[in-house]
Amino acid sequence: MSDIASSSFVRRDLLTERPAPVKTTGFVGLMRTRLFNSPTNILLTIVGALLLWFTIVPSVRFLMVDAVWSGKDRTACLAENAGFAVGACWPYIQAKLPQLIYGFYPEAERWRVNLTFVLAVVLLVPMLVPRLPAKGLNAGLFFLAFPVVAFFLLHGGGIKGFGVSWTADLLQLFDESIINAGQALLTLSKTSAVAPLLWIVGNFIVLVGTAIYWLIFPLTWLRDQLLGTGQSVWTDFAITAAIVSLIAFVLGGGVRTGGRALASNVATFIAIAVVIKLMGLDHGGLPVVATNLWGGLLVTLVVSVTGIVTSLPIGIALALGRRSTIPLIRIFSIAFIEFWRGVPLITVLFFATYMLPLFLPGNFTVDGLVRALIGIALFTGAYQAENVRGGLAAIPRGQGEAAAALGLSWWKTTSLIVLPQALRHVIPNLVNSFISLFKDTSLVSIVALFDLLGSLRASFSDPKWSTPSTAFTGFAFAGIIYFLFCFGMSRYSLFVEHRLNAHRRN
Amino acid sequence: MSTEARKPPPQIALKIRRILGGKAGWNGVAVQFAFAAILGWISYEIVSNARANLENQHIAAGFGFLRNNAGFDVNQTLISYTGSDTFLRVFVVGLLNTLVVSVVGIVFATLIGFIVALCRLSPNWLLSRVGEIYVELIRNLPLLFQILFWYLAVLAALPNPRQSISLFGIAFISNRGLVVPSPIGERGLEPFLAMLALGIVAALVLRFYARRALFQEGRMIRIWPYVLGLLFGLPLAAMLVFGLPFTFELPQLKGFNFAGGARIIPEFVALTLALSTYTAAFIAEIVRAGILSVHSGQMEAGASLGLSRGATLRLIVVPQAMRVIVPPLTNQYLNLTKNSSLAVAIGYPDLVSVFAGTSLSQTGQAIEIIAMTMGIYLLISLLTSAVMSVYGWRVSRSLGA
Repeated sequence: MSDIASSSFVRRDLLTERPAPVKTTGFVGLMRTRLFNSPTNILLTIVGALLLWFTIVPSVRFLMVDAVWSGKDRTACLAENAGFAVGACWPYIQAKLPQLIYGFYPEAERWRVNLTFVLAVVLLVPMLVPRLPAKGLNAGLFFLAFPVVAFFLLHGGGIKGFGVSWTADLLQLFDESIINAGQALLTLSKTSAVAPLLWIVGNFIVLVGTAIYWLIFPLTWLRDQLLGTGQSVWTDFAITAAIVSLIAFVLGGGVRTGGRALASNVATFIAIAVVIKLMGLDHGGLPVVATNLWGGLLVTLVVSVTGIVTSLPIGIALALGRRSTIPLIRIFSIAFIEFWRGVPLITVLFFATYMLPLFLPGNFTVDGLVRALIGIALFTGAYQAENVRGGLAAIPRGQGEAAAALGLSWWKTTSLIVLPQALRHVIPNLVNSFISLFKDTSLVSIVALFDLLGSLRASFSDPKWSTPSTAFTGFAFAGIIYFLFCFGMSRYSLFVEHRLNAHRRN
Repeated sequence: MSTEARKPPPQIALKIRRILGGKAGWNGVAVQFAFAAILGWISYEIVSNARANLENQHIAAGFGFLRNNAGFDVNQTLISYTGSDTFLRVFVVGLLNTLVVSVVGIVFATLIGFIVALCRLSPNWLLSRVGEIYVELIRNLPLLFQILFWYLAVLAALPNPRQSISLFGIAFISNRGLVVPSPIGERGLEPFLAMLALGIVAALVLRFYARRALFQEGRMIRIWPYVLGLLFGLPLAAMLVFGLPFTFELPQLKGFNFAGGARIIPEFVALTLALSTYTAAFIAEIVRAGILSVHSGQMEAGASLGLSRGATLRLIVVPQAMRVIVPPLTNQYLNLTKNSSLAVAIGYPDLVSVFAGTSLSQTGQAIEIIAMTMGIYLLISLLTSAVMSVYGWRVSRSLGA
């Protein structure tokens, strides 16, 4: 016992305090650990600081300190008048701002553009915030209703008929084309070597065309009757609403369960009626503004939003086609996707501008903007197809098999089980594609459409504002706009990715 | 009584059904017929419309125009070309210009991309922020915007040739482009090139031999002094014996412009600058992701085996990172080649600009010209993806072994 007591040692007095450990947090800590901890690092820090000094300082000087903020024309931005080396010439942007945003859109009608922008923001923001409810309704409004409303707001004009007339017109066009093809074969059969075969096929096609003609005869007759009445739009609307609602009611399960489908259908048609009435589409609508007057940010946004809205369905269809086991559909989808992904966008735009008009009937002219939109939709659709395919591949087979075990059809399995999960997986990739689409919209300026970049380039040639700093000012302004949109989208995609991977974080 | 295994029912009908219609069976066959009918109808419409439209607009069809005289000049040609050459030659000239700007762009983009990636991975806080700012800024601005910025703002703001900026008195930058000394071959050129080629081949043979010795017998042979000697010594010896291989002709300012030297047109400078800095931002992200994808345990394992930091990086980390880096890197190279078609916006005479632009507006034969242009790009990208799938197959084989 005493042995232990003698060998044990218990300190009786306090030690003097040691100095606090070196701070590794905060600004001082950062400097110690990441900036000046070794000779190499000190050298690298100096290099970095020099790089920043020679880029940031001149930029700030150009944009703020040396900038001219007010003036009437180029004289305000010349060094001899301002008295110093002039940086950015902001009055030039001020003078050109309407052109950079609306192009040559008539000044009295610009409220329509503003209203469209407001509508887009109101519909888009609730869709992007994950916490807000009613995503389905919101997506439906943004992807289906908004493009139609925006078209009539921006372009103007009214409608002459509704569902019945349109269907009748379309079917008639289709039928005429079939009969024409048959007759072309018949005339060919008079000279060809395989005449009997061509004769049989041609007659068969003409027969089919005639049969279709009599099948759709009630519809065309109804359309002709409607055009005779004074209130063709509203009568047509009422008939379409009645037919579609009846079909929805029957398909929805009749008296037992069809009530819900019927109610949502009626609500949709009432909403359509309100829109038609509000915008006066039944008697001419708003004054028409031709698309060659559109320009600036308006065209950039129209092209990118249309590209986003149209490329997604194309991409989903192609992705499903590429995964299909039916040989022809699979081969077609692969060829289609690889073709559009293999060529540069600019050749696609040339294709849409110069080649597409040759492929359409002679009396059928397509607007220059619409041509570019078709090209961009096909191009982006192929890229979106690869994104969606990635999502589809990430869904375990068990999901589809479980759905099959429950007795769901292929369509129900795909639309209710597989696609919703797959699309949620690939939201970040889709947003990244939209960023590159937004950047690529600047290419339409090469095919004579004046988007933001095209309007900017056009404004450089104005002698009223030609100064040494005009080009730099214009690029600074457009660059800030492009950067804000793209950076915002990329941050959003990061946010969604973070949210989707929340379960994987530790 | 023995029970024998029953023969399986004949599978031929089922197999045929599977081949013809996929999982959907006869329904699939019906869908295919409907789909083929629609495709046939669309192509019939396209052909008949195109024929009618061409007839109405009096446009010739076919590729006969390729033998006609082009009648316009191109301001940068790699092969001899005059206005009286054919459209086929215009096509080749444009294609070569596209390839030149792509190759130069790829070299610079790779260099800048690796430097920026190293900056972003550097332990130095400030330098990694600088790299991040570069990547974010460049990636979020459209490429066409950057091309126009370099061409319309930066290059146009440069002084005229008389006041051009001199780089050490041998190269001059002005708003008319970049003037550099042009090499002129001398008597000693052929032996020099022959010795250089010999040196390269000998170095490759040496490397092959050293690797075989290492892998089969475990002998480590130090070859780098010999390689250096072969690569530099042989050409140097040739130069001593036969005289200088080439001399440089320096550009001289005469009057309002430069005489002598080689002029690089400003369009080329702007396009190369924009393409390489833009693609470099994407390459930097790819390289960074590739290096980060190698588990940090690999580095520690290398250190515990007694390898130096450099050897660990060279022998362990980089080979594994390359496997991740190479496929997307090739994709970026392909993107750069496709993006070089934006040259049409500033008038650099690439394939799209001289063929799908000028030639199209002269002949009006949109279908043939655009099909040829698209076909060439498609061919390039299909070849690249074929090469990449061979590479992927080799990598997966080496991983499996």
